[in-house]
Amino acid sequence: MKKLLVLGAGTAGTMVVNRLCRMLDCDEWQITIVDPHETHYYQPGFLFIPFGMYSKNDVVKPKRDFIPAGVQMIKAAADVIEPDQNRVKLTDGRILPWYKSIYDFYTIEGALALAKRLRDWEGGRLVVNVVENPIKCPVAPLEFIMLADWFFHEQGIRDRVELIYATPLSGAFTKPIAAKHLGDILEQKNVKVVPDFMVEHVDPDARKLVHYDETELEYDLLVTVPLNMGDDLIARSSLGDELNYVPVDKHTFLSNQHPNIFVLGDAASVPTSKAGSVAHFAVDCFAENFVRYTDGLEMHPSFDGHANCFIESGFGKGLLIDFNYDVEPLPGRYPLPGVGPFTLLQESEMNHWGKMMFRWMYWNILLKGQELPLPARMSMSGKWK
Amino acid sequence: MATRTIAGKTVQVNDEGFMTNPSEWTKEIGVEIATEEGIATLTDAHWKVIDYCRSTAPSLNGKSPTLRQITTGTNISTKELFALFPKGPAKKVAHIAGLGKPEGCV
Repeated sequence: MKKLLVLGAGTAGTMVVNRLCRMLDCDEWQITIVDPHETHYYQPGFLFIPFGMYSKNDVVKPKRDFIPAGVQMIKAAADVIEPDQNRVKLTDGRILPWYKSIYDFYTIEGALALAKRLRDWEGGRLVVNVVENPIKCPVAPLEFIMLADWFFHEQGIRDRVELIYATPLSGAFTKPIAAKHLGDILEQKNVKVVPDFMVEHVDPDARKLVHYDETELEYDLLVTVPLNMGDDLIARSSLGDELNYVPVDKHTFLSNQHPNIFVLGDAASVPTSKAGSVAHFAVDCFAENFVRYTDGLEMHPSFDGHANCFIESGFGKGLLIDFNYDVEPLPGRYPLPGVGPFTLLQESEMNHWGKMMFRWMYWNILLKGQELPLPARMSMSGKWK
Repeated sequence: MATRTIAGKTVQVNDEGFMTNPSEWTKEIGVEIATEEGIATLTDAHWKVIDYCRSTAPSLNGKSPTLRQITTGTNISTKELFALFPKGPAKKVAHIAGLGKPEGCV
């Protein structure tokens, strides 16, 4: 029996076992997924909790509900990966052998605490600070601050709230065209962007952020976005780079050093964000290639870094971005027969409803490894250059 | 592609003044760009960082490493990097070392 071991039952790991469970021969393969946690969180929903749009119940379901029959699920934490021995040691001492391995790894506590704090906050200076890049999702802090603008309008205290976005980037976003569009929207919403802000430490007593160059930024309420690193397991196993990401081929996810390890999701060094929207098309391409690989065929360099994601911008509107490794998010239209088109890099109510629908699609289609009628590779159709 | 003459040599640069062909770079060019950036003298510590960025760029498609990669690779702390290359060390080193500035991902 060949053994496929998947470490981490997060978005990528769950989609992978569902997909491969259907594509691989069950008489030939035993698939095992390992994760220390029982709850699957719909992480994009955390953004809505502080503003009362979602409750905790909207974003949690048992991980087990999404693991298909026929896949062995082990609730345990991995201690170290030993690729040369084709095995993983668990923290409880068990040793799991494998043939090929894949993994991904990310708090609802912060979102719930903030919801409570915002309920009776009387205004002041709210600073959203990105500590260091890469972060989990480059648009999430922007969505937060735009929703905060809407939320404080609704609360009738917007005139008493100063919104500041302090980022280590030189502008509102990583890529120039989207940075310009998003920067303009933030300006319209009276959000001040403080670029090139590299925070060295926070002084909670004096309520200020201190930059490495010793300049300071005062706050009344601080929302901070941490660096996104791979799990310590990767460091303990000497498999990763300075961010605990495992170097892999960006088109196939095969480890550069170990022919028996594939990495998708949070722990892969692919040059794109670690958001679930990237994992979605990544899994489409990976599953097909994995079957080719195990059959001894050459893999296609099929994953082009394609991802699309809705950006909630408050007042019942949103934006959509669609991009890949080579093409940055561009303005235009995203065609979708029957439903679309959605507006790219421009606010529309349709995009807001797209984002709201996404939660249903996540739980009912994506996690179960079903395919959406969207091409995995990016298309230039509708994009304005 | 725009060109400009630095330290007596004509090199290709992009809109932001970053060199686009790392092989055209010389130490003299580095010294002149550093002066433009307000760093009058390049010390051994400056050169340690510049040399590190030059050595890793080929594996990063000609781009300069990120701040975290520099601190990990040179054992020089972020605080010291801000002292050596004030305001934006990662971008400033990239400019001086004739490399593309480090790029973030979407």
